[in-house]
Amino acid sequence: MGGGGATGVPAVRLTDVSKAFGGKSVLSGLDLVVPVGTSLVVLGKSGMGKSVLLKHVIGLLRPDSGRVEVGGVDLWAVSARERDRIRRRFGMSFQEGALFDSMTVGENISFPLRRHTRMSPAEVRDRVAECLELVRLPGTEAKRPSDLSGGMRRRVGFARAIALKPEILLFDEPTTGLDPINTDALVRVIQHLRESLRPTAITITHDLKVAFSIADRVALLESGRIRIERSPAEFESSDDTSVRSFVRGDSSLDEEAVPLEVSR
Amino acid sequence: MPFLEAVGRFVLALLEGFGRFCELLYRTLLGALRPPYDFRALLDQVVRVGVDSVPVVFLTTLFTGAVMALQTFNGFARFHAEAYVGSVVALSMLRELSPVLSGLMVTGRAGSAMAAELGTMRVTEQIDALVSLATDPVQYLFVPRVLAAIIVVPMLVVLGNAMGIGGGYLVAVKILGANPVIYVENTFQFLRMNDLWSGVIKAAFFGGLLSLIGCQRGFDTKGGAEGVGRSTTSAVVTGSLAILVSDFFLTKVLF
Repeated sequence: MGGGGATGVPAVRLTDVSKAFGGKSVLSGLDLVVPVGTSLVVLGKSGMGKSVLLKHVIGLLRPDSGRVEVGGVDLWAVSARERDRIRRRFGMSFQEGALFDSMTVGENISFPLRRHTRMSPAEVRDRVAECLELVRLPGTEAKRPSDLSGGMRRRVGFARAIALKPEILLFDEPTTGLDPINTDALVRVIQHLRESLRPTAITITHDLKVAFSIADRVALLESGRIRIERSPAEFESSDDTSVRSFVRGDSSLDEEAVPLEVSR
Repeated sequence: MPFLEAVGRFVLALLEGFGRFCELLYRTLLGALRPPYDFRALLDQVVRVGVDSVPVVFLTTLFTGAVMALQTFNGFARFHAEAYVGSVVALSMLRELSPVLSGLMVTGRAGSAMAAELGTMRVTEQIDALVSLATDPVQYLFVPRVLAAIIVVPMLVVLGNAMGIGGGYLVAVKILGANPVIYVENTFQFLRMNDLWSGVIKAAFFGGLLSLIGCQRGFDTKGGAEGVGRSTTSAVVTGSLAILVSDFFLTKVLF
């Protein structure tokens, strides 16, 4: 499943991307290549710019410098309409689901279909039902986002993200703030989506268990760059200090977390 | 030179705000001209901005017309010009009070609601979700709101004109004992079509202004629930000031 990088243009390539907010550098010279069909999980501590990285991939944020390419096309060298056309190849799931709260679940999922396709109302209805089936929430079309639990809202967000059958899925912290059972349910849904759709996927998380159950490749984001990128097994056994402190959850191994301790 | 620095920063912020306003105005215009045209969303906003504002505009203009009649009657009686109360009430309602007061009331009601709604969408990532679904958020969110306000505020002003004149009539005839036939004749004696149009055109302008400011404040919200509160306040304050200031220039230049 992994690899495949040599055979063609990668799905996503970030080259020397830097971004600062109000003088505070978040990404600094980040390089990342995601081959077609690979599931990459980016780990990192909270507040390290993981979401910022993901928002660059789909062009929600524009890098201060560097290139973001999707399928070999530089996102910021093309017109806004072309960029929107490229965005249709993505499905993005947001941290809290980001469902449109003025619409029902069904309307949320059918939104991209009604806007970007010429499907008949019956076809739209079928596709919505199909997407809800995939995230294991069949028959919830008429519910309001406010009536759903956090985990269900995220799954509806998944369903909306896959409605247009995207080639690339982006998951922003899919399990953060969920209880273990809901987390497990969500991981199963992601695995199921991967098996049935075979997309390229980039997932941002700080949950190792989630990472290892859905990743072909695992990367660690630190100080605005990808520190290392490995297969899950290599990542787990890596002797890199940052990786070890992250894998073990041990802050004494971390150079930045404990400023009082001088010795490393 | 902390003073000059402060002045410079203020001017820069002002220019930046104006530039942002112009950018979003441009994007709204482009979005209005390009497909897809979302008539359902437009109708929805017409109801929300227009129909829901009817009660406040109704009451505001009714009582303004009434108090106008009361005050001018008291004043005009001092030089025996009571006969002109109807004319003064009608002229000032049509040309000035109805457009400005309706504009201010719609700012408070609908401009603030737009800022709150878009602000909430911003902080809950719904606007990012729109972009990720290949939808231009300015076209999707701004265009129906701004168009609705441009269509609806003039209609509210026509209603306000009628209510203001009606309020004046009630006070003059029922309370102050003016002759009803003469009062009505007096009301329309000096009116020209231009008085009506000037108010209506102003109203369309105010509608565009208050909705664009409301949308922009919401769209540019930063920082959670507190940020939404700040955007809402700012939408009302900036919108009201913009209406009052532009009213002077519109009156001076156009009519």
